[in-house]
Amino acid sequence: MSETTTSDAPNISGKSILIEGVTKRYPGQKSPAVDGITLEIPAGKIVMLVGPSGCGKTTTLKMINRLIEPTEGRIVLGDEDVTDIDGDELRRRIGYVIQAGGLFPHLTVAANISIVPKMLGWDKKRIADRVDELLELVSLDPADYRDRYPKELSGGQQQRVGVARALAADPPVLLMDEPFGAVDPITRQRLQDELLRIQEELQKTIVIVTHDFDEAVKLGDWIVVFSDGAHIVQYDTPERILAEPANEFVENFIGSGAGLKQLTLRRVGEVELADAVTARPGEVASEVLARAVAAKHNHVVVVDERERPIQWLTRRQLTRLEKITAVREAHLPVVGHRATLNDALDTMLVSSAGAALVTGKRDRFLGVIDVETVMEAITSARASAAASADTPTGTNSGEVSIIAESDLTESSAV
Amino acid sequence: MWDFVQSHFDQIVFSSWQHASLVVQCLALATLLAVGIGALVYRSRSASSAANTITTIGLTIPAFALVGLAITPLGFGVPPAVAVVTFFAILPILRNTVVGLTGVDPGIVESARGIGMSRLRTLLQVELPLAWPVILGGIRVSGQMVMGIAAVAAYVLGPGLGGLIFSGLSRLGGANSLESVLTGLIGVVILALILDLVLIGLGRLTTSRGIRV
Repeated sequence: MSETTTSDAPNISGKSILIEGVTKRYPGQKSPAVDGITLEIPAGKIVMLVGPSGCGKTTTLKMINRLIEPTEGRIVLGDEDVTDIDGDELRRRIGYVIQAGGLFPHLTVAANISIVPKMLGWDKKRIADRVDELLELVSLDPADYRDRYPKELSGGQQQRVGVARALAADPPVLLMDEPFGAVDPITRQRLQDELLRIQEELQKTIVIVTHDFDEAVKLGDWIVVFSDGAHIVQYDTPERILAEPANEFVENFIGSGAGLKQLTLRRVGEVELADAVTARPGEVASEVLARAVAAKHNHVVVVDERERPIQWLTRRQLTRLEKITAVREAHLPVVGHRATLNDALDTMLVSSAGAALVTGKRDRFLGVIDVETVMEAITSARASAAASADTPTGTNSGEVSIIAESDLTESSAV
Repeated sequence: MWDFVQSHFDQIVFSSWQHASLVVQCLALATLLAVGIGALVYRSRSASSAANTITTIGLTIPAFALVGLAITPLGFGVPPAVAVVTFFAILPILRNTVVGLTGVDPGIVESARGIGMSRLRTLLQVELPLAWPVILGGIRVSGQMVMGIAAVAAYVLGPGLGGLIFSGLSRLGGANSLESVLTGLIGVVILALILDLVLIGLGRLTTSRGIRV
């Protein structure tokens, strides 16, 4: 395992996966569940497998870690053929997360996370350190959560621990089977954002099965759209699938509002934010007002000593004040810089200012996003999707789409 | 009654000890066997239902008849007593083992396999601990049941409180005969209560806080 732990590697710690000519036939069934699929999954990317239920996407996923043994074909992890190695040994090197986390209810959070390291024979100290590190990674305070049992956690927290457990031995590949299916929409959105944050840090190769196309668009670097028998209908970036669905099947699967869905492709941090006049508690209100007038801004953002926004004052409110207070306003329209434009639009539509405050790392104030910015982003997204239609962007895309196409012809010929 | 207890105190204590020892050892043996058999059959639907049928039929066999039958191959004394008590003790435990193991959430088993636990490790570290409260329920039922059945073992000159009951019954109407029967009976009931308390305590100690209700 140690040669694959690349915690100090600068960028990608994931390995590529190659599924080559893999077929799964169940005895007594006429058509194979998975029909001669060849799929290359580039290292360090998130690849979403989507399709209607029963299309074979989950079977495909489970053949990567050989929870389901392929009838024919090869599975290659990195540059190692893993088709015939011991299945248990293989699975210890691949993280696996299922709906609701699949935690063992009779074990504490720490014990759940340390199962794989224990099987790999790590010493106690190393395991304990790793558990704390992972809990921090998934935003759970180790001191508070280490000794809890799964039933003492919310659904979202269980899911986080499930991710931590899958990452315990620092596997290069993470497989997730409908990971966010069992949580409420708000928690799901938060968990998705968190997965993206973790991925930014770790750069694993992640394969996620989902039936939710919006989730696929939000999380995926690449999306594989399956029809029955795990036939690949389209393998492309989310942008291009939205802009140029391969056929009617994909169009139907995308559903209505493809334009709006493009909003989930762009993150708040990627668009240009408007700057704002900031002030600190204790400043004299009239001076702040003068600054706002000079900058031709109608609002002033009050930030605390750690640069976190606490109030958002209008000029009118400022005229009534003598000094800026340190009161923390309860319902500020704040979005994180990793939130999608869709989320941002949502937030600003309910805020009285028609805009939202954007915060970055550790909730530091970055700037303001308004409806005009979002509109611009939509326009430019359309333009860029049209442009990228002829020239695939990214280094894997040409290669990958060729394989995807050849597989399509190959598998339909079978 | 009190006089009888006082005058036979040593014998009563010895018999009680023998009785309890027979039951506890047979129960331990039966638990091992039943959990072993349960672990072998629970993943096959047909084997599980076969096991269930056998336990159902087994429980209808009159203990007294089985004890008598056991004399031919096993003779008198401890061997037939152990065989019969263990046989009956296995039945409720086996049934609960199969129920408990098949009741484990398949998602949990899948995630155990998915993170690289072998079949055996999954069984020992995940499935059995999760099924344990149900299995322990079976052990408690077994304990109560075989406490009484062990008394019948006295028929083949086995150890325990059954001796007091049988000797009393055989000379009913004679001096101290009723006292002897009652002492045996009450002794069995008290032992059964103590065993159940011990098993409840064992359950507390051995069931993870995470799955306690």
